[in-house]
Amino acid sequence: MLLKRLSLVKTLNFRVILFAFALIFGVVFSIPSLTQSEQGKKITLGLDLQGGLHMLLGIKSEIAIESRIKSMAASVKYIFDDEEIIFDELRMVDGEKITFELLDNDDVTKATELLKKELEGTALSQNGLKFSLAMTEAETERTKLNAIQQAVDTIRNRLNEFGLAEPTVAKQGEDKILVEVPGIKTQEDEQRIRELIARAAHLQLMAVDEERNARVSTMSAAEAKSYGNVILPDVNTPEKYLLRAIPVLDGSMLTDAKVGFDESNQPVINFTLNGQGAKIFGDFTGKYVGKRMAVVLDNKVYSAPNINERIGGGRVQISGRFQLSEAHDLAIALRSGALLAPVYVMEKRSVGPSLGADSIRSSSLALMLGFVLVVLFMILYYGMAGVVANVALIGNLFLILAIMSLFGATLTLPGMAGIVLTVGMAVDANVIINERIRELLHAGKSIGKAIEDGYSNAFTAIWDANVTTLIAATVLYAYGTGAIKGFALTMSIGILASMLTAIVGTHGIYQWILPKIDKNKLGFWFGIKKEGNK
Amino acid sequence: MEIFKYKKPLSLMSKSKRFGLLSVAVLVFALGLIFTKGFNYGIDFAGGTLIQVQYEGKAPIDKVRDAIDTDNTYEGATVTFFGSEDEIVIKTKMSSKNLGEDVGDKVRALLKDTGKFEVRRVDMVGAKVGSELREQGIMSMLLAILGILIYVSFRFEWRFAVASVLALVHDVTIAMGMIVLFGIEVNLDILAALLTILGYSLNDTIIVFDRIREGINTIKNPDLGEIIDESVSRTLSRTTLTSLTTFFVVLTLFMFGGEIIHGFSFTLLVGVVVGTYSSIFVASPILMWLGFSVSGYREKQAVKLKREKEKEKMRAMYENGTL
Repeated sequence: MLLKRLSLVKTLNFRVILFAFALIFGVVFSIPSLTQSEQGKKITLGLDLQGGLHMLLGIKSEIAIESRIKSMAASVKYIFDDEEIIFDELRMVDGEKITFELLDNDDVTKATELLKKELEGTALSQNGLKFSLAMTEAETERTKLNAIQQAVDTIRNRLNEFGLAEPTVAKQGEDKILVEVPGIKTQEDEQRIRELIARAAHLQLMAVDEERNARVSTMSAAEAKSYGNVILPDVNTPEKYLLRAIPVLDGSMLTDAKVGFDESNQPVINFTLNGQGAKIFGDFTGKYVGKRMAVVLDNKVYSAPNINERIGGGRVQISGRFQLSEAHDLAIALRSGALLAPVYVMEKRSVGPSLGADSIRSSSLALMLGFVLVVLFMILYYGMAGVVANVALIGNLFLILAIMSLFGATLTLPGMAGIVLTVGMAVDANVIINERIRELLHAGKSIGKAIEDGYSNAFTAIWDANVTTLIAATVLYAYGTGAIKGFALTMSIGILASMLTAIVGTHGIYQWILPKIDKNKLGFWFGIKKEGNK
Repeated sequence: MEIFKYKKPLSLMSKSKRFGLLSVAVLVFALGLIFTKGFNYGIDFAGGTLIQVQYEGKAPIDKVRDAIDTDNTYEGATVTFFGSEDEIVIKTKMSSKNLGEDVGDKVRALLKDTGKFEVRRVDMVGAKVGSELREQGIMSMLLAILGILIYVSFRFEWRFAVASVLALVHDVTIAMGMIVLFGIEVNLDILAALLTILGYSLNDTIIVFDRIREGINTIKNPDLGEIIDESVSRTLSRTTLTSLTTFFVVLTLFMFGGEIIHGFSFTLLVGVVVGTYSSIFVASPILMWLGFSVSGYREKQAVKLKREKEKEKMRAMYENGTL
């Protein structure tokens, strides 16, 4: 007994030790994922398995450019008013540039210098006293880039403030945004989240054109435009307002927004302006006492109160007969800032939690059944050689789980299919090797020789086959999206792990147990009849 | 247990014309289907919206159809059972760009009087994304084939590469034909399945080719037909066994994996069968038809070997300082 044990110690080799380490590594690092413990790195379930919302958003960056132009116009007006430069005909043209006319020739130098100093990234062209101001190409490009980056940050802030667990917001490609929100329980919640993301939260304070407002119901949009005005609807009533197109100030000067309640206990949003905003607001209200100022959010008028006196301190209130949840979401959107450019949905996939659970159940069942079938088949067909192959297969499964856990990889439904498929294909290496060993045994080689030559004969075939499959998987990973990437990933990890378990591991096991293999029991060990053994 | 015990080589090459004809016939049939009936593109590639709804108890499918019909923006929408009697899937070509106005929300509102239900999945793909995904799909297929072509040329010889790629095209085309024949909806997962078939069928072919390569170097007789017969017969056991194990697991996936991966596993089932057939009966004859010459290959190998030896000799001389 002791001697026999000793013989197994003697034949211990680096291959089997390496395999043992791989097995221990695999088991240890897949435990957190298998037990779903709080600690340790584990596999994240894809949205298709745990339920959630996946969206690919596009961005209308031309709107960001337009609003840059608009705010340029507001700046021009502010600068000229401040420096008492007299001007006229300040207009926006096609959302691309602004034009204006100076009335006094003496102001030209001062005006051009001021604009150059205050407005970076713009090009000013002059024709007599008529000027046109546009953005430089580099500035346009920068604005586009900025718009998408800002959208990514803003959406992330909003989702974080909403209190969702681990949302993902990332730029994809040049002009797309990927949003993934796991763990949404109901369709209603999903709708709320979508609205929160989409909310431009573009706040503007605009002056009402009191001279012409009486005619607003019959005025065309084109006519309003010719006065430098714009017609906007009320949020709750069919009423319309004629407003100066260039706003007094906008949401970029806002520092905080909170839900509060007015005297009739209706939810309202109180917001605070920064120093510059408060000054502009104070100046404006001081100058236009007796007139109305509209609070406009996303091109809808929420209120248009009369200015009774100069309002300092920069505190403004939006009331609009809100639901409490609506006011809550709106305050988040205002706090996280406006989207420079609106986003739209290019692709959306949402999976309810119950469907995800069903998918896990059915694919696990398929995995177990497939696994059991393969394991039984291998034992039936190859005897102990099949058992060795099965040990490698189990090692392979643990390794896949461990590697995915360590990288915090995402397991998707196609990823599960990838693992199931790996079970079928990982034993392939052992089938090839076992067939080679059998061939050599039939040719009358000794067991030791048959094993060694079997492995070396089988190696090139396994290698070439695995490399070509890896090529296909890599392409799939590079070109695939979302869930398909998961399939390519698990398959690639499975193939790489099988090189270690199915080739190195099983070879080591044979070398280790070689002294125990009885050449008179080839049926038990390799599943073949003894004949051919000279 | 031994099922395919090697005794003497099967004479496959003498029958290769028959298998060739069979393959060509099936290929023509598959291509005919693809070009006349065409693919049934799902929303991933065509764009549109898919809504999966589960009812408590049997789904009132007629009521659902009526409810959907009341809104004419959903003209052409289809409503079908999905996997079981209590689940349905509504598909429409509509997609909405507006985040707030989701097609899923609207359908939920339309269905509110049809019974107790839960919306379990809403997938919406814009038309632009759909066409992008389709382009990407075709690109990935071509790139994978190109990569394989290069690798196999490098490891074997160009005729092996061409033969294996032709066998691949054979398998993928037939699988696509079956997809059309059974009206399987083509989505991203089907693309993944086709790419898996690509890898799998290649796997099989490479194992056989590896044996042929070995045979060329070890079998004295330079007749390619006999070398192929011998090699294919020697690997027959492995080819069938691996195909069987893979077939088993794909079959369990098909039967128990759930409705969502039905198309995926169906495509793989076809692929496993066709891939096995092609690596035994199709790939090797192509090698022969391409005019692969054993003696030519051996000469080239000999020249290569000689050149390498000379190089080594030169290096040795250089290292010894005699050059």
